[in-house]
Amino acid sequence: MSALLEVEHLVKSFPGQRHRSVDDVSFSIGDGEVLGLVGESGAGKSTTARCVAALVPAESGRVTLLGRSVLDAKGKDLRALRADMQMVFQNPYSSLNPRMTVLQLVSEALVVFRLESSSARRRDRAVELLELVGLSASFLDRHPRSLSGGQRQRVAIARALAAGPKLLICDEPVSSLDVSVQAQVLNLFRDLREELDLSILFIGHDLAVVRYLCDRVAVMRHGAILEIGDLEQIYEHPKHPYTASLLNAVPIPNPAGERERRQRNVDSLGASQ
Amino acid sequence: MASGSPRSDALDSSAPLLRVEGLRVAFPTASGPVEVVHGIDFELHRGQRFAVVGESGSGKSVTARALLRLDPDAEVSGRALLDGEDLIALRPRQMRAVRGARIGLVFQDPLTALNPVMTIGWQIMQPLVIRGVSKSIARRQGIELLARLGVEHAAERFDDYPHEFSGGMRQRVVIAIAVIADPEILIADEPTTALDVRVQAQVLELLVELGEERGMAVMLITHDLGIVAGFAEYVVVMRHGAIVERAPVDQLYSAPVHPYTRALLAAVPRMDSDRRERLVTVEDDDREPAVVTESPAVLAPGEVDP
Repeated sequence: MSALLEVEHLVKSFPGQRHRSVDDVSFSIGDGEVLGLVGESGAGKSTTARCVAALVPAESGRVTLLGRSVLDAKGKDLRALRADMQMVFQNPYSSLNPRMTVLQLVSEALVVFRLESSSARRRDRAVELLELVGLSASFLDRHPRSLSGGQRQRVAIARALAAGPKLLICDEPVSSLDVSVQAQVLNLFRDLREELDLSILFIGHDLAVVRYLCDRVAVMRHGAILEIGDLEQIYEHPKHPYTASLLNAVPIPNPAGERERRQRNVDSLGASQ
Repeated sequence: MASGSPRSDALDSSAPLLRVEGLRVAFPTASGPVEVVHGIDFELHRGQRFAVVGESGSGKSVTARALLRLDPDAEVSGRALLDGEDLIALRPRQMRAVRGARIGLVFQDPLTALNPVMTIGWQIMQPLVIRGVSKSIARRQGIELLARLGVEHAAERFDDYPHEFSGGMRQRVVIAIAVIADPEILIADEPTTALDVRVQAQVLELLVELGEERGMAVMLITHDLGIVAGFAEYVVVMRHGAIVERAPVDQLYSAPVHPYTRALLAAVPRMDSDRRERLVTVEDDDREPAVVTESPAVLAPGEVDP
């Protein structure tokens, strides 16, 4: 598996912050691989993603996508890189322009990246993209306000896929969705990855969701990656106590198991005092 | 702090603390009132940990808000008997005596629930001060409670403003406001949705402990079946303004009867499941129409979606 994305010693800080938001972060994503980036709020997950996507300038470090350097790219080069890596944001209520129709939203990338000059063909392509994400041509002329949360996130995904990216950067894409809708979108990501051979950088705070979707996981805290490894390594044999404490806090829908765990936690607190 | 209130001692302890009968809630729209809760019934017992589970639009929050009559334009009908007293029939002034003192409410987002220009201490003291408790006593009780809720240096932090607290600490402040007047019922509406997973676990544990210490019933409103498993003794599942299933927690998870409950459970990715198995989505199960009538044990007449 050759590296599609290589991130080396990425650093980003914001004024007035005690620690760096991104502190010497390095990782790589292979072709067709899904990497989960987990951690609590303020860990630097989103800032890392935004630096990788060149949406905010990094202070130092290297980001290489398909052998091309991202951080110092400008103009035409940057645009070409962006066609190869697209983002899906957390909240589809704020990430879609309310004044645009689904057709405009989904085909905008085709215009921006000059991939399709004929409007009829753009429409055809938009229908294909909608069908890919489980919607149909009947949505083309609708506005985001008449869509449910799950439909909106599908539109946002179709929009991200329009330019034919190799890498999708998803920042908590299911966190604002209801559980049943979340399941649909997670299944959609699984299908897309099979069909399109996509690589995904998947940011999440829900470790069960990340486990369902990802091949490898990086755990972040205070801007740094504490540990990175495959599912077995992170979920079964976490090296860092912080990873273990995150895993231990994930609720499991099993009443007896939860009671047992609660008792265990109370006991261990009592023992340490 | 919690001395058993005389009104509860006088009553039969096996009678439900809160009995909700045929509760309907409608909101006015340009094209006439739209009913969003369609006549639900449930009982909440003293000290019970009770969960109302549902997705957005299921009517779970509207139900909680209707019990406290927090939406002035909502048309609420049916009965909600708190120790025999019908909350729905109360006058606004009588209702104010229920809020906080007999039923406390914790909102989802601790940032918007707190007044940003008032110190957290003043906000915690409010429920006592407006009931005539002296400020010095209210302050002392507030600091004690905040310390009990795990806020370190509670006395020094008492005069801080909400923005000086982290999300988890803010939610403790909101809980302090909700329980300081010693209510018999605490309604917590998605209290941990905005919190990180480790803080979520701490806040839920606090709610369990508070309920046990004070003999307070806790009604948890959530979409998350994961947190319900570790918290609740009894669960009702709501969908489209109706209760589709109700059961003790072990029964609900081991033998869910209604297809919607089954679908919800199957839709959640779990740490202990085989990740190669596809998640089931609710729509998939929706296409089996006949199942609703197959579960008469769960569905009383009138509880099925119209």
